[in-house]
Amino acid sequence: MAHLSSRAQAMALFAGIGAVLLLATLIGRVLAWRASPTGRSTVDNLNARINAWWVMAALVGIAFAFGRPGVLVLFFLVSLLALREFITLLPTRGGDYWALVAAFYLVLPIQYVLVGIAWYGMFSIFIPVYAFLLLPILAATGGDTTRFLERTAKVQWGLMISVFCISHVPALLTLQIPGYEHRQLLLIAFLVIVVQSSDVLQYVWGKLCGKHLIAPALSPSKTVEGFIGGVASASLLGGLLWWITPFSFLGAFGMALVINLMGFLGGLVMSAIKRDRGIKDWGHMIEGHGGMLDRLDSVCFAAPVFFHMTRYFLT
Amino acid sequence: MLEPLVARSLTGFIRLLTGSRVFWSEPLAPGRRVYYGNHSSHGDFVLIWSALPPPLRAQARPVAAAEYWRHGVLRRYLIHRVFKGVLVERDAAQRTEDPVATMAAAVDAGSALILFPEGTRNPGDGVLPFKSGLYHLATRCADLELVPVWLENLSRVMPKGRLIPLPLLCTAHFGPPLRLGDGEDKHDFLERARAALLVLAPPEAV
Repeated sequence: MAHLSSRAQAMALFAGIGAVLLLATLIGRVLAWRASPTGRSTVDNLNARINAWWVMAALVGIAFAFGRPGVLVLFFLVSLLALREFITLLPTRGGDYWALVAAFYLVLPIQYVLVGIAWYGMFSIFIPVYAFLLLPILAATGGDTTRFLERTAKVQWGLMISVFCISHVPALLTLQIPGYEHRQLLLIAFLVIVVQSSDVLQYVWGKLCGKHLIAPALSPSKTVEGFIGGVASASLLGGLLWWITPFSFLGAFGMALVINLMGFLGGLVMSAIKRDRGIKDWGHMIEGHGGMLDRLDSVCFAAPVFFHMTRYFLT
Repeated sequence: MLEPLVARSLTGFIRLLTGSRVFWSEPLAPGRRVYYGNHSSHGDFVLIWSALPPPLRAQARPVAAAEYWRHGVLRRYLIHRVFKGVLVERDAAQRTEDPVATMAAAVDAGSALILFPEGTRNPGDGVLPFKSGLYHLATRCADLELVPVWLENLSRVMPKGRLIPLPLLCTAHFGPPLRLGDGEDKHDFLERARAALLVLAPPEAV
């Protein structure tokens, strides 16, 4: 497959994804038709995931059709929705108004402009350094010192998770990899496919042979068996997708392993945050299945690490 | 003819900004009704208005303070032509018309009113004590249904005195309707109406 042109590779990839999704949808329908009352909720969960994947594939496909600007706009909107969900659940006060205005109307667009012009030196430090320093100054001008450090830290976390981390997905397009020019879109596809399969394979393995809870304080359902089985099989899948990446089979396997580990651990951290706030879902965009951040918690932690490792090893 | 377009774009804007989620305790048909809610920003009435399904929205008219909305061409255009507001004078010493009579006339003409009994935008949490207009209106109009609406988070989207709105998720909770009891006195009724509104609020908001 490696000998195909980049456009042909992208088409083959999307055709393959379409076929897999169709197969999954069929299996899901058959399972739903034949499910016992006890197996119902598992099948419903799987079918809901499959529907979400169709939406994701359609959105990413449309964005790809518009090239780099399309992908940037898509992830900008994703970041906006995620940041909105995160800040909604924070107990901010009147004194935070100007810091929040800066977060939504300055930091968020500027970060995406920086990624768009591929200014690596800035987009990698804009939020961790400049937003980190500027927003507390704005909050301090609000004059309200009640829980000041807590409020400031929470807004910074929101920006890191929703804007910084997610912006590193379209940032993959800025990587100049010798021998891999014009195919960076496929890196995004690789990341999304590996993360999504890791989520679902952990779920499936967990249902099949899950016995020992891996982090009972953080998650009532994640098991050691699910974690090992899911991460291993998803990394293997990532290895098998090496032909759309600039890595060898072993390289793709290793990258997928790192992505899946970061994704799993990131999911645990986001669960810890939700539990502290006493909530089950970040939002309600998708009926009964949470909001944007619930879909993205694994990608958030995996994207910057994948970006930096690819950059380090290949450029 | 521009008015429906302006109205549509304002409701569309607030929906996009706040992702406005709506909860109803029971389905309602058009009728003699007043929607009353907690008041914290100018966006409150637009959110309630856009949360109503089209048949209910067509009969809904906001009750607005004449002293504020009569100044300026844009404000007059918005309140009269776009939102078809019912203007009442808040200042008792200076008023020329009885606000209750104005509101009752609108109800008798078939409109459903959107009213904020706190009387002003509340900068803090919870609900201020209700002004008595709600009670006098319920006395004047027989068999008037009162529907409490709790608006969550809107005070953070457009705080009092600020111009730039923040995109945050907001919810509107419509509660079960209540009516004035026979011989119920003003204090008891206003307390009951206020309690019916507070019960819709999530625990941290009060």
